Amino acid sequence: MGLDIRLPIGMIFAIFGIMLIVFGVFSNPALYAQSLGININLVWGSVLLVFGAVMLFLGARSMFGPRPANPQGGEPRH
Amino acid sequence: MGLTTIDWVIMAVYFAFVLGIGAALQRYMKTSADFFLAGRSIPAWVCGLAFISANLGAQEVIGMGASGAKYGILTSHFYWIGAIPAMVFVGVFMMPFYYGSRARSVPEYLRLRFDEKTRGLNAISFATMTIFSSGISMYAMAKLIQTLHFLDAPFRRFGIPQAWIFHTGIIVSALVVLTYIYLGGLTSAIYNEVLQFFLIVAGFIPLVWLGLKNVGGWSGLKLALGPSYMHSWIGLGSPHTNRLGVEWFGLTMGLGFVLSFGYWCTDFLVVQRAMAADSMASARRTPLIAAVPKMLFPFLVILPGLIAIALPTEPPAILNGPQGSAVRTPTGQGLIPAKLDATTGQPVLDNSGRPQLDYDLAVPNLLLHYFPTGILGLGLTALLASFMSGMAGNVTAFNTVWTHDIYEPYIKPNAGDAHYLMMGRLATIFGIALSIAGAYLATRFNNIMDMLQLVFAFVNAPLFATFLLGMFWKRATGHGAFIGLLSGTLAAAAHHALTIPAEAIPGVKGGWLSVLHTYPSEMAQNFWTAILAWTTCFVVTILVSLVTKAPDESRLVGLVYSLTERPQEGNLRWYKRPAYLGVAILGVTVLLNFIFR
Repeated sequence: MGLDIRLPIGMIFAIFGIMLIVFGVFSNPALYAQSLGININLVWGSVLLVFGAVMLFLGARSMFGPRPANPQGGEPRH
Repeated sequence: MGLTTIDWVIMAVYFAFVLGIGAALQRYMKTSADFFLAGRSIPAWVCGLAFISANLGAQEVIGMGASGAKYGILTSHFYWIGAIPAMVFVGVFMMPFYYGSRARSVPEYLRLRFDEKTRGLNAISFATMTIFSSGISMYAMAKLIQTLHFLDAPFRRFGIPQAWIFHTGIIVSALVVLTYIYLGGLTSAIYNEVLQFFLIVAGFIPLVWLGLKNVGGWSGLKLALGPSYMHSWIGLGSPHTNRLGVEWFGLTMGLGFVLSFGYWCTDFLVVQRAMAADSMASARRTPLIAAVPKMLFPFLVILPGLIAIALPTEPPAILNGPQGSAVRTPTGQGLIPAKLDATTGQPVLDNSGRPQLDYDLAVPNLLLHYFPTGILGLGLTALLASFMSGMAGNVTAFNTVWTHDIYEPYIKPNAGDAHYLMMGRLATIFGIALSIAGAYLATRFNNIMDMLQLVFAFVNAPLFATFLLGMFWKRATGHGAFIGLLSGTLAAAAHHALTIPAEAIPGVKGGWLSVLHTYPSEMAQNFWTAILAWTTCFVVTILVSLVTKAPDESRLVGLVYSLTERPQEGNLRWYKRPAYLGVAILGVTVLLNFIFR
């Protein structure tokens, strides 16, 4: 299929990550009494952003990067 | 609870992506093979994640958390002796026949291997089952949205009656799933399942992390709950010394062998994901790749239940009831409230007069407990994603079986490919319409759903015996398979009619003809029903096969083990070989069983 699924996944996770980071930075710290005093939006937003970036990188490399020698990218079809 | 703009935006972004994936894939849907089989072009890891995600519906996420709260670590048996060995078996031993036969569905394999009537029986019962499963998923989601009250405020603001929250939940989920499957077929369902898989993981890891931190880690959990919650094998010597009420033999044979192999090896809902793979090697790796995260899922879906019940019980809280009235909730345990009767609003009592707990709320309540606004949107999106992936899995399995195994052979054979592609899209529409009808049926008659699930259990229990004999014994005949399946189903029904779990009233729980035997728990009764059904089907199929005419061996090449060439895998690197992968996965599973014994 022409669409590498890692691109949309990377995109949505990067968007969620950025949203949570920005919200985490500007939100009222009192909010985080509920999450044991951890600014969970900031922390988890960062994790999501890193994951999203990795997926975007892998997806973009396979879709737009140089083609591997074997166009199927793996073992031949049976 | 306080949902703010950011939570709504997160949910909106998710819906936009789900629909966007469907729209982006629409232009690739040219033939019926594109629509029903994703053109057999999906890489193994994508199929693998879709393979578990299709099963990761409401039952899994809400239900496993509920079982964790009720039974503790014993729930891990559904994974570590249930799903994993079965997934390894289907990948290593069965996939060569499913994928190699070029059958487009599981019922179609049955026609190739046995005969038309066996396929018809399987196709019709399976199609009915998928419709009701997706209806139940829809119902459960709408009910949850209602129970969590997170749509109450916006509905009040726009002056929409609160009764519409339930309808909105049903209609919106139905429309979203309909749109993306109609546009992109199985590819769209698989791609969205992979997205849903990552979202569920992303929503649940922080939940478990915060929860474990709060209760003082593993040792704190142990201290709060005591040994009966914390062991998976100790106490299985007798049904009276563990929370499941089953002894080890019933558990390993009933759950580990019959039920799990029956589901993971023969249910087209999951097998379809592997059939979409781009090569035989990928198809065989699909369930094995799926087994790796599946092995770790107990930590993600069972632990929240344990944490929810281990937390200190809060004093009776005042909640916003329907129409904004204040309701005093009776005491539950931990974060799990007492179960309230849907019509009277009174607590439901068990036989000894204690209030029953509403275990299904374990996971949602934990989410509300730890997640502030922001990540709460992510958590709720994860829940919505799980409901929708469960529903979509059923819908794609339904449209394929309907088109290839009911419409094409019995209603309109030999029409062109474009016609069947159109029928697949139509089937998506009326499949979802029927699911909506099923969801509303569930609101009217609670028992109807229980009864239907019971009937499906009777139909499913013997199925694995048929496949086992079909794939590994070339002498098995079509008449044998058909009569074996029917007698297995009858045996299951008869066993259920004559036995009853302890403390139950004869009726939908069993004993509706007469009570010959009482099981210590419902679980034990289910497992033994399955064991009996499987054995009956196995024996009857063999006996009938021996007295009927042997099938023509030339017809069975590629369908039966002894007449099929072993798949070539000499050119694969070791970590891509199904057998090696399978052994490694089983090794880790044994280790997990040992650690959490």
